[in-house]
Amino acid sequence: MQASATSEGDRLLALQELTKTFGSLRACDGVDLDIRPGEIHALLGENGAGKSTLVKMLFGVLAPDGGEIRWKGSPVAITSPFEARQLGIGMVFQHFSLFEALTVAENIALSLDETVSIARIADEARSLSQAYGLPLDPFAHVADLSVGERQRIEIVRTLLQKPELIILDEPTSVLTPQEADRLFETLETLRGEGKSILYISHRLDEVRRICDRATVLRHGKVVAACDPRAETVASLAGLMVGGEVATVTNSPNAGTDQALLEVAHLSLPSRSPFAVTLRDIDLTVRRGEVLAIAGVAGNGQSELFDALSGEVLAGTPDVIRIGGAAVGQKGITQRRLLGAGFVPEERHGHGAVSQMRLSDNMVLARHRSDAGTFLAGGILKVLKRGAIAKAAARVVDAMDVRKSGDDPHASALSGGNLQKFIVGRELDRKPVLLVVNQPTWGVDAGAASRIRQALVDLARSGSAVLVISQDLDEIFEVAHRIAVIHHGRLSAPEPAASMSRERIGLLMGGAAPDGASPGPGEAADAH
Amino acid sequence: MGLFEAILFSVMTAATPLVLAAIGELVVERSGVLNLGVEGMMIMGAVVAFAGAQLSGSAFVGVLCGLLAGAAFSLLFGFLTLTLVANQVATGLALTILGLGLSGMIGERFIGLPGVRLPVLNVPGLSDVPIVGRVLFGQDLLFYLSIALVVGVAWFLFRTRAGLKLRAIGDNHGSAHALGVPVIRTRYLAVLFGGACAGLAGAHLSLVYTPQWVENMSAGRGWIALALVVFASWRPWRLLAGAYLFGAVSIGQLHAQALGIGIPSQFMSMLPYLATILVLVLISMDRRLTLINRPASLAQPFVPER
Amino acid sequence: MRIELEKRPERSKLFSILSPFIALGLTLIAGAILFLSLGKNPVEALFFFFIDPLLYGWSLHELAVKAAPLILIAVGLSVCFRSNNWNIGAEGQFVMGAVAGSVIPVVFHEWQSLLVLPLMMISAMLGGAAYAAIPALLKARLNTNEILSSLMLVYVAQLFLDWLVRGPWRNPEGFNFPETRNFNASAILPEIVDGGRAHFGLVFAIIAALLTWFMMRHTLKGFEIAVLGQSQRAGRFAGFSAARMVIFAFLFSGALAGLAGISEVSGAIGQLRPVISPGYGFTAIIVAFLGRLNPLGIVAAGLVLALTYLGGEAAQISIGVSDKVARLFQGALLFFVLACDTLIHYRIRIRRPAAAGSAIADARPQAETN
Repeated sequence: MQASATSEGDRLLALQELTKTFGSLRACDGVDLDIRPGEIHALLGENGAGKSTLVKMLFGVLAPDGGEIRWKGSPVAITSPFEARQLGIGMVFQHFSLFEALTVAENIALSLDETVSIARIADEARSLSQAYGLPLDPFAHVADLSVGERQRIEIVRTLLQKPELIILDEPTSVLTPQEADRLFETLETLRGEGKSILYISHRLDEVRRICDRATVLRHGKVVAACDPRAETVASLAGLMVGGEVATVTNSPNAGTDQALLEVAHLSLPSRSPFAVTLRDIDLTVRRGEVLAIAGVAGNGQSELFDALSGEVLAGTPDVIRIGGAAVGQKGITQRRLLGAGFVPEERHGHGAVSQMRLSDNMVLARHRSDAGTFLAGGILKVLKRGAIAKAAARVVDAMDVRKSGDDPHASALSGGNLQKFIVGRELDRKPVLLVVNQPTWGVDAGAASRIRQALVDLARSGSAVLVISQDLDEIFEVAHRIAVIHHGRLSAPEPAASMSRERIGLLMGGAAPDGASPGPGEAADAH
Repeated sequence: MGLFEAILFSVMTAATPLVLAAIGELVVERSGVLNLGVEGMMIMGAVVAFAGAQLSGSAFVGVLCGLLAGAAFSLLFGFLTLTLVANQVATGLALTILGLGLSGMIGERFIGLPGVRLPVLNVPGLSDVPIVGRVLFGQDLLFYLSIALVVGVAWFLFRTRAGLKLRAIGDNHGSAHALGVPVIRTRYLAVLFGGACAGLAGAHLSLVYTPQWVENMSAGRGWIALALVVFASWRPWRLLAGAYLFGAVSIGQLHAQALGIGIPSQFMSMLPYLATILVLVLISMDRRLTLINRPASLAQPFVPER
Repeated sequence: MRIELEKRPERSKLFSILSPFIALGLTLIAGAILFLSLGKNPVEALFFFFIDPLLYGWSLHELAVKAAPLILIAVGLSVCFRSNNWNIGAEGQFVMGAVAGSVIPVVFHEWQSLLVLPLMMISAMLGGAAYAAIPALLKARLNTNEILSSLMLVYVAQLFLDWLVRGPWRNPEGFNFPETRNFNASAILPEIVDGGRAHFGLVFAIIAALLTWFMMRHTLKGFEIAVLGQSQRAGRFAGFSAARMVIFAFLFSGALAGLAGISEVSGAIGQLRPVISPGYGFTAIIVAFLGRLNPLGIVAAGLVLALTYLGGEAAQISIGVSDKVARLFQGALLFFVLACDTLIHYRIRIRRPAAAGSAIADARPQAETN
């Protein structure tokens, strides 16, 4: 077995013409790819290019419709994750495949041989996590862990299976820059041990930093196989997107003294065991500026959004002011009537109802602000379908929303196009204040740049814009000032020009601003 | 048998069908499936158990028939909700409506016939212990089985790898599928187990509790069993405690009626139902408790991508 | 062989319309098999069950009598189910509505006035709504599971009615029978046409269906119901309150169930008895789903389910099968409706097991069934 591995030594895994179709969509279309032992191989591509589909086939979660997978030279059929693990393929999922209600050790046990006792798994996990610098308590409940810790579980779980090929799906999207650095060290250790890594990402600088080779996917097809170190970020981006992506042009902070959103000492207890408590948040967004809030997922971003939008009310009226009016105790409808617009993180089931048409989704956010246009019949509140359809068409036009059919269900649109619609729905009202959570999460590059440009333009036209984002590139593209949220606390906003990635990274990891030592109270609930 | 002993004994008897049905449903819900058809499976178990006992002359054959009837009936629910991904709430209701209708039809020829009673199995030595002897060790097969099932389910869920997998599926079926844990197969087995348990509960009604066939004789016990699972916050031992509490309420009201305290019998008969509501209210007031213990994928549809 | 589902990007319009009919067809086939297994001629049996009751004037009247409460209750339930509130205690709200509506004709039985009937109807709707408010408030305020609480209240309502007609409201001139006095003429809901049994309950039902249809289809309230039913989070984003919707949906359906209750008592029975409903409140759940939660579809579905009640009686008399068969038909129908609804949201593929070892073979051994 060893002999055959070395004789075909330059190919641990080879894919030929691998194809997967969903309905009429060719998610993977004749993909060729090979991975050598001891290399870190990047799989690059935009959202929707087919990366996830491809790795799910490698891990036996999806069944290919055509093509061949060769493992160490011989064709294999991987029909389940169990078989993938038997072969020596391990996977770290992007959206973690963890169980909140179970302990770390139980989570790990679920992907291991049944004969090993939980106690032994806990021991092995502990020693392995120490060996690779990934500290982990085997008996903690996953629900209590941070995103970074959760990823460690995934990695330790994968390593315990002693894989020869490890697949990592967008592993750094949830990490601080410093955490990402530590991950890269672990990956290089693994490469040193002769393991192969398939590294999926759309972050080009880190691919250039750690990967030996790269395969680029676009619309389900391989468009290039290259050495990322010989490419520039721009050339890699061009391969991924298949053309130029408009760069966002921002103008210097035109912020006036007029504050349109003021938050003072906002604290909110968590509403469920899985939510974050907001603590003493202060911020101001002025007319003409974009304030961005960075942070690792799960540090209170959605709780802050809910508090600002009025979906959850604050304890007292004056902790939140919109255009000077105290709205802490007012609901989302009243805040909209003051000229505020909101774009939540989740598109399906929050910003839009998936199984409703675009025109219905138009009504969702604007039935009060546009009551004069959208409703008739006095207290009967009869919907004026014609006027609503016209408004929806206007948004579709303004944001270049690509859709099939006249008025499709939200579920029939791609992520990027639905997001353009949801953002456009608010822009169409010319809001004086726009609060956006993760504006381009899971959105293709073209749509993302269009949305970012629209946010910048809105601020330039004299509105105040608050962007909550995990994506540092995005933040630097749009922000005039930047603050960082960590464990439900917000750092003091600083001008974007004076902020470095390193500094933001430290704040994202919870470092106290300006090296000041945390007060006793802070230290107590820093956990 | 003294009065106190007799009362304890009848509390146990009244609680046993609740324990049986609820422990089955607990496993079903732990796997992330909400089967509201307990009442229907139970009544099917009752009528088929009665028929089996009548036709064979053996109550044990009756018990087996009840078990199989409940399991077979649950398979209908499984096919609709697991294979065809139909709405679990509506399908559970359909199962109950169908069960009440079908049992009424099957049972028509048995109305008024004297039943076959499941014999008492005394545990030698222990059944003569004063007071608790009869109550705990002078019972029938189904009583012992109900206790064994609670112990067995507690052990299975928290001490075995298969139980861990079942809990994992109930917590997050998407992740379980991604890890290669067979979601649908496990859920089918859980639903079958739940059906078999409900069938046994029905068998207890028509072979032990009131050994005869009366239409609609389950009288809402399937629903009370569902409430018990919530009350127990999906934990087997609490479920046992809850079931005996309910047994005590329903026996208490019967004795109170017999003693002729001036309250109309109808109001006394309302007590078990009102107690169920009260218990649900009390347990739901602690939102955190429910949120933490409730299987996160309960009643959510699951379609594996392939 | 394995059944696999593939999610449609949008729900299928075709199957939204076809699925109730497919379900009806499958129920008839299942019925034929059932009759065959009982040793009856299936064609003859189905004829007596589903056609014969439509051939006589009196039985058409009877159909209207049975359909009225089913449609009234189901229209209310459609609002509940659409907003994702599982009120399954309509049977109890029906009973309590009937009780509340009967206060005037039983307690003030000598009062004859044109006001009597309207007051009865209003108090019945208030009674049904008030009874539905219990599970609604418990859910909205304390997050108590409404399925179980509303169902438990059915048993309580039935016991309460039983106590009333055996106790305080028993007819003093009724030879100890457990029933109230017969309502006097001004408390009797008039017939639609003279000499027939069909009463104004059916008119109420059709008006309620039309108004509810308009609300669901054309008003912001209907939009709110649909949004909250599909996603509470999106509803909150729109500024709608899920808690207030719980109350609205339960009060609405409780009021209609109460109206159905008093219509049945005052139009069809003429007095209160221990049992006033052959399970209308539960059968209406089937009506609601067969009508695809659309008030106009519910009118048609209510007539179909009413027919199963009549057919059961007819088949018992003419071919000697148990009238329990009707319940069986109703349960089976709901099963088939739910199964067929899968076709609206998914494509169904039957996949035969691939030849061993070539799971990645290029050929796609699939047969699409639609």
